[in-house]
Amino acid sequence: MTSLPARTEKQLGLVIDLDTCVGCQACVTSCKEWNTGGHMAPLTDIRPYEDGADGVWFNRVHTYEQETKGASRTVHFPRSCLHCAEPACVTVCPTGASYKRASDGIVLVNEDTCIGCKLCSWACPYGAREYDTDVGVMKKCTLCVDRIYNQNLDEADRVPACVAACPTGARHFGDLGDPQSPVSRLVAERGGVDLMPEMGYRPTNKYLPPRERKACGVSDAPALEPAAGGLLGWVDRMLSR
Amino acid sequence: MHPALSVIFFTTATGAGYGLLALLGISAALGLVPPERWLGLVALGLALTLITGGLLSSTLHLGHPERAWRAFSQWRSSWLSREGVAAVLTYVPAGIFGIGWLVTGRVDGLVAVAALAAAAGALITLFTTGMIYASLKPVAQWHSRFTVPGYLIFAVMTGAVLLHAVLHLFGNDARGLGMFAAATIILGWAWKAATWRHNDALKPPSSANSATGLKDGTIRSIEWPHTEENFVLKEMGYRIARKHAAKLRRLVHLLAFAVPLAAVALALVAPRWLAVLSACLAVAAQAPGIVTERWLFFAEAKHAVTLYYGR
Repeated sequence: MTSLPARTEKQLGLVIDLDTCVGCQACVTSCKEWNTGGHMAPLTDIRPYEDGADGVWFNRVHTYEQETKGASRTVHFPRSCLHCAEPACVTVCPTGASYKRASDGIVLVNEDTCIGCKLCSWACPYGAREYDTDVGVMKKCTLCVDRIYNQNLDEADRVPACVAACPTGARHFGDLGDPQSPVSRLVAERGGVDLMPEMGYRPTNKYLPPRERKACGVSDAPALEPAAGGLLGWVDRMLSR
Repeated sequence: MHPALSVIFFTTATGAGYGLLALLGISAALGLVPPERWLGLVALGLALTLITGGLLSSTLHLGHPERAWRAFSQWRSSWLSREGVAAVLTYVPAGIFGIGWLVTGRVDGLVAVAALAAAAGALITLFTTGMIYASLKPVAQWHSRFTVPGYLIFAVMTGAVLLHAVLHLFGNDARGLGMFAAATIILGWAWKAATWRHNDALKPPSSANSATGLKDGTIRSIEWPHTEENFVLKEMGYRIARKHAAKLRRLVHLLAFAVPLAAVALALVAPRWLAVLSACLAVAAQAPGIVTERWLFFAEAKHAVTLYYGR
């Protein structure tokens, strides 16, 4: 059913720290590597080594320049499905292929019933869904549903592939429906935000804004105090002649 | 938004078809058109051909057309599903109306009820089509009060111009319908002009700041995640040059509204042979005009996801 669950037991999602993300693309490649053999496999590539290369990716990292008064910074910005509480991508689906799980809030696509009408991708303001032209169905981030409950993996590895791969610890996984969970506390502490809250989709994933930095700018180096005595004083007197 | 030909043909063809069916149903039930068998066969045949052709073309852009039947299941939440259900249900009264008309040569009793039901079904289907677009929040140009009335008005307008031409071809009195068609063209023209004025002044609710959660300053995209266009950009990142848009809008003004209005007006006063020609000219001009209008409806619509790409 594409009608949304009234509430979900958990709200599993990601917290992404824009302060520490260095744009290395490790989360992008590990996502592709895991998921091309995972729940939504394959993540088809079309002409990967030629002009016009195209293909399905669940996670894309943009780079922006944020210019504020007197300061600019580079911000690397990973973009993937936010597993919204009110995902219009699910309610517009005419076949019931798109659904939001009542147990953990993960938004998934049933590839056996998707007709490939692409309306869900139009309904998503975040560009999270990518159509597989080869298979003829819509694909999207599964929050690595085949890792996080996987009994064959060590407990420490039961996190999404992107989280496991991040070398700077910029990606965090947990239950954002539980206010006491580490991810919820992190969001509260760092002032985590929703993307495009005005759309009313109530995204589960949160983004931590970069920390305040000292304003940078061009200023004169302070003049050196003349050394009073000793060897340096003598050198100073010699050079000042 | 990418202007896909299958969807443009679908919305314009079914629009004209349902508009024609609605007008035919109402005017036949009220006795405004004579229940002649040939007229019924041609007019209803034209309506159902446009509807069926449009619906079939809409399945062409599906990844799995063989699963299209599944689209009837989610009518509780999905306007696309509701459109499918309404479209199929409308065939039932439309079929009874058509067969009744052709067999009995009269439109009364049960056939008249079916005619009115078919008209209602046609209008409901058009409403659901409009709602598919109007309900999409990420596209500010569509998520507006102009979208649904626009779909209904343009459908009735193109249907009226078609029925007007058919009545003239069969030598029927088309004065009443001519005046109605002229009124719908004037209404459609005003509606389109108001819609464009509204869209040109539109301030979309989202910005690069709200899209990235970076509240302060100017956000400039300096590197994309990919070097070539991906699905998101191909499907939703379509951009049209402003000078082309202005030219195409003038073409819509001319072909969809000005020429058909003049031609329908001329048919009201001209001698019979000229009236027939003029009524057909209205159809010939409006068909490419409304297709251009629909092309612009997609091409000029800006999806919120383009903010991530600095567009």
